[in-house]
Amino acid sequence: MRRRMTDKKATPAGGRRNFMKRIWLVLGVVAITEFIWFIISLLRPSKDTHKSRPAESLRLIGSVEEFPAGSVTPDRVNRLYIVREKDGAFLALSLTCPHLGCSVLWNEETQQFDCPCHSSSFDRRGIVLSSPAPRPLDFLPVIIEEGKVKVDMSQVTKRKRFEPTQLTYVL
Amino acid sequence: MTEHSATPKKEKSRFGLILHLHPRKVRASTLRFSLTFGLGGMAALLMVMQVVTGLLLKFHYEPSPENAYNSILNLQESLLFGKMLRNIHHWSAIAFVWIAFLHMLRTAFTGAYRPPRDVTWITGMALLLLVVLSNFTGYLLPWDQLSYWAVTVATSLLSYIPLAGEPIRKVLLGGAEVGQPTLTNFFNLHTGVIPLSIIALMAWHFWRIRRAGGVIVAEKDRESPMVDTRPHLVNREFVVALVLFAAILLISSLFDAPLRERANPAFSPNPAKAPWYFMGLQELLIHFHPVFAVFVLPASVLAAAVWMPYVKSSDANYGIWFLSDNGISSAKTAAAAGALFTVIFIMSSELLPDPEALLPAVPPLLTTGLIPFIIVTSTMWLFIKYMRRRFSLNRSELIQSVLVLMVVSYAVLTVTGIFFRGEGMNLAWPWNI
Repeated sequence: MRRRMTDKKATPAGGRRNFMKRIWLVLGVVAITEFIWFIISLLRPSKDTHKSRPAESLRLIGSVEEFPAGSVTPDRVNRLYIVREKDGAFLALSLTCPHLGCSVLWNEETQQFDCPCHSSSFDRRGIVLSSPAPRPLDFLPVIIEEGKVKVDMSQVTKRKRFEPTQLTYVL
Repeated sequence: MTEHSATPKKEKSRFGLILHLHPRKVRASTLRFSLTFGLGGMAALLMVMQVVTGLLLKFHYEPSPENAYNSILNLQESLLFGKMLRNIHHWSAIAFVWIAFLHMLRTAFTGAYRPPRDVTWITGMALLLLVVLSNFTGYLLPWDQLSYWAVTVATSLLSYIPLAGEPIRKVLLGGAEVGQPTLTNFFNLHTGVIPLSIIALMAWHFWRIRRAGGVIVAEKDRESPMVDTRPHLVNREFVVALVLFAAILLISSLFDAPLRERANPAFSPNPAKAPWYFMGLQELLIHFHPVFAVFVLPASVLAAAVWMPYVKSSDANYGIWFLSDNGISSAKTAAAAGALFTVIFIMSSELLPDPEALLPAVPPLLTTGLIPFIIVTSTMWLFIKYMRRRFSLNRSELIQSVLVLMVVSYAVLTVTGIFFRGEGMNLAWPWNI
């Protein structure tokens, strides 16, 4: 007890002690930051083993003739819909409802996509007809090569509205 | 010291562990069953049952989307008592959520959350959350239609939390959608991270109870004589444990844990519902903008619960159920008001025109978020004012009636979500679902 009091009084020693304490504190903070950073990088969903490589992200869906003008065709394996406009343009829409992630179903009679979970509905271009869906269905770029329809699975794009640039024409 | 040496050596070693968890002597007045209903002890027993059945299940379960479902089928069909094992794990998991929740209500309604029991209360809240999370992570493992879509819906709720939501969801799922990385994460959380955290927190929880001098009792009972823990407390606990165990076994032999078809990402069942303890949240989501339903409201409730022990209140009738006669009658009024408000709220949001369609120019964050939120909070505020005047409540009684109101409201929301929501989550009668 007495020793501690004398230490406190003696400024040079006390200053040194405080300095050492501060160094410990800084080192501790650095160590904790490193540890947290390590944990975060471990948890980040970069588990590459499960990600498709760039070459595989381009999926062959079918040939152009399989999709008549004005049709909506589901591809359940890749979880998307191929929409073909009356003028022959292609549009690929994600199957996933932007509200809570359920899979939407195409209703041929009413010509709209219905979500079975919370009854959101979308028109044939994926635009919201009734809420609670907060935005249109996501779209994926369609690439047409030598009469084959391919979709780039790595580029599921969120959008606010329909724009003609989302369509792909057969050249 | 003399007392210690008076105990025979053999007995001391045999009951050492029990007497390590409990004090050697307890106050006779704390033994009354209707004071605690043995809920905390039941929760501890359920944790032990979960660990034992879970470890046994782990011998047969394979955490991969290809084989998880088959491993469950195999367990149920070709293993002796395999189905029974899964049933026990399933039903005691549900019982665990119920018992932990009721245990929380018991502590709240006997006023056992104030210092020195504040840390017990807060660790208890954390334990309740972990129990729910443990349930939720276990929900995915069978990889059937029920689990796949419940987890898809519940994790999509997360993405509505501002800023942090989407990163948290990505980390939890290990990608953009539920798949192999999700199963790996959930399996590890369910069988490692969460149970270990629960055990650590339980130790802290128990230690704080010991520090606070055991179970809370009313002032008039504080002078009651001390009796030996063994046999008086230990025997009572043993009876409660046996009854609970028998009930779980009975339910498990009568009702099977659900298992639907294997998960199919292309087809959602209609309706797709979250696990039952999240149905209140999903019901809220029908009425509120997602930011309010999954973030603002739950976060404020949680903050209020943590802050609860530290509200100053002069007079304290702790250790008595519902604190006083005044507390009982105000709690009854609050329960009735909660049920009434919630039913009116659900019906009016069903019958009145959609505010979003009515005012398309106003952003939905206002029409379905802030405006209903203000309506609900101002109703709450008026209710508190009314209760204060009508019953002249002190702070503890006021906290209690607000808590009753919220619990009853959430219960009504949950019941509506589970039993009154049919296809497309539209209102329906239970027999039409």
